Amino acid sequence: MVTSIDDQLDALGASTDPALGRYATMQLCRRFEETVHDQFHSEQGVPGPLHLAIGQEAVAVGACHDLRTTDVITSTHRGHHHCIAKGARTDRMMAELLGRRPGYSHGRGGSMHIAIPEIGLLGTNGIVGGGIPIATGAAYGLQVQKRDDVVICFFGEGAAAEGVLAEALNVASLWKLPIVFLCENNQYVELAAQDLHVAGEIWRRGTGYAVPGVHVDGNDVDAVTAAVGEAVERARTGGGPTIIEALTFRWFGHYAGDKAAFRTDEEVELGRAGDPIVRARKALDPVVVAEVDRVVEDEIASALRFALSSPVSGPDVLSLNHLASV
Amino acid sequence: MSTEIATKSTKYWQGISQALTEEMDRDERVVLVGEDVGRAGGPYGLTRGLQDRFGADRVRDTPISEAVLMGLGVGSGAVGLRPIVEVMFFDFAMLMMDQLINQGAKYRYFTGHPLPLTVRAMCGAGGHNGAQHSQNIEAWFCGVPGLKVAMSSNARDAKGLLKSAVRDDDPTLIIETQGLLRDRFDVPVVDDLLIPLGVADVRRTGTDVTVVATGRMVPRAVEAAEGLADEISVEVVDPRTISPLDTATILESVAKTGRLVVAQEALSPCSVAAEVCSLAAEHCFAELKAPPVRVTPDFTNVPTPLPLVEARVPQADTIAAAIRTTLA
Repeated sequence: MVTSIDDQLDALGASTDPALGRYATMQLCRRFEETVHDQFHSEQGVPGPLHLAIGQEAVAVGACHDLRTTDVITSTHRGHHHCIAKGARTDRMMAELLGRRPGYSHGRGGSMHIAIPEIGLLGTNGIVGGGIPIATGAAYGLQVQKRDDVVICFFGEGAAAEGVLAEALNVASLWKLPIVFLCENNQYVELAAQDLHVAGEIWRRGTGYAVPGVHVDGNDVDAVTAAVGEAVERARTGGGPTIIEALTFRWFGHYAGDKAAFRTDEEVELGRAGDPIVRARKALDPVVVAEVDRVVEDEIASALRFALSSPVSGPDVLSLNHLASV
Repeated sequence: MSTEIATKSTKYWQGISQALTEEMDRDERVVLVGEDVGRAGGPYGLTRGLQDRFGADRVRDTPISEAVLMGLGVGSGAVGLRPIVEVMFFDFAMLMMDQLINQGAKYRYFTGHPLPLTVRAMCGAGGHNGAQHSQNIEAWFCGVPGLKVAMSSNARDAKGLLKSAVRDDDPTLIIETQGLLRDRFDVPVVDDLLIPLGVADVRRTGTDVTVVATGRMVPRAVEAAEGLADEISVEVVDPRTISPLDTATILESVAKTGRLVVAQEALSPCSVAAEVCSLAAEHCFAELKAPPVRVTPDFTNVPTPLPLVEARVPQADTIAAAIRTTLA
């Protein structure tokens, strides 16, 4: 009998020890992305762009760790880790990225179009900042329905330059919406360092809208959980929105295959030294960590096998799911 | 023997207002969000009283933040509401395009889940509102998979199409026409007036010429047809839903009459009129007895003073003249 990854990790203590649970999910995100990155560079490749969040796992995992399935998140173009942290299955994710029929969007959407409403994931997104108005709308919807669920709106420091952030902060504050605006600052905006993009400090941008701002070390998963947890609690109990900026580091270029010529090797080495997974591992029992790593490895290997053994999506998927009627 | 259905003289805006009230009354998941829809009762007064009746949660005044306003529809629709987003002037939809086209219209494609979003936009040159509050940009939305677009020409359809859209599980853009707001129409007195999406209305049957007209041009096309009735038998078809078009009804009429005039308040290039003419050329080439004619404003912006507005948009006699050319 095959037991699920959740059961196996639970048996190792992941549900009773939050630090271990977060470590396991971060490792799952990391190994998923490393594996799909390998696929990208393999002979068959990946049929679409990949924006890797390797190095940024602590933000997604720390933020989502205590969320309910009925809580909602919106993600970004760089969102594999958000999806996995919110509970997406790695096999169907892998199938989607590899253009296979059982993928979440029948293998025709790829990395930037994974949306799974049944787990509260209202989508990765091909439009920078595109999730911000949706997250605001979801928060309004939860409020009208008097649900005590909350929304976490992930966005990057590049998206902070989009006008929708200003609109959303204003509306969320006016209406005390149950939402956390979580800026995952990975220090690079597309093909440039952020000196071309970011003025001032993003976590302070709520001030004029009376939205509390918090900054946190985005490579410290426990700190992210604590900071987001406080904001989530405020949102759940009617206290309104918070803007949080979590500082982390993007290990790779803008997209898989990007040589990232805009930065030096030294800069990358320094950034990678803050590896949130290495950091989290230090506080854990190495024997248990090895067991967790093995479970994660099995899970990712199984996900890859599932994807590679699934049929490649053909033209029959093209017309699916456009309109419900007419 | 015919069965008479009682009708009541109703202004166009009242039809919209009745639809909103009835649908919000029927289903508590239905909410209305927009600029000045609540406390102010809307710029035309057609949402007056709704906030008192349904509360400020369900009739929500938004700041002037059009992108987020459309996001309120997409996001709340994704978590269980059936939102109606009011676009005060259709022109403002340009500030909402990402949320409607890139996000809302693709939601089902990405997720397989419904997005019961209704968007109401007020189009056209009915007031003296100028070039940024009077445009007919409906064609821009007709090439979007996953989005339905409907356009009403009278109070009955304004009411019935809106009620259908609210109950529909797809994102639907309902285009209302400023120039008709205060006009009166006979509306059937029935408990639940639903006009189906995707079904054209043959407003008047005829055998010589087909006039396909949308929005404000429908009453003018009917007027033109009536004026010509002694000499030319004109069929008037109102598509009502302009995406997806009811091509069967339109082409059946064109095949029958062999002559086509299309009248619209929108500009001609790449428009609904252009689409209808293309369909006729593709499917009715053998039956066509004359080249199709488009009746539209000249390729100019909308002016502000009303006399200039009316000088620009087609009138009943403009349409009548076009009908004659197909028989010349």
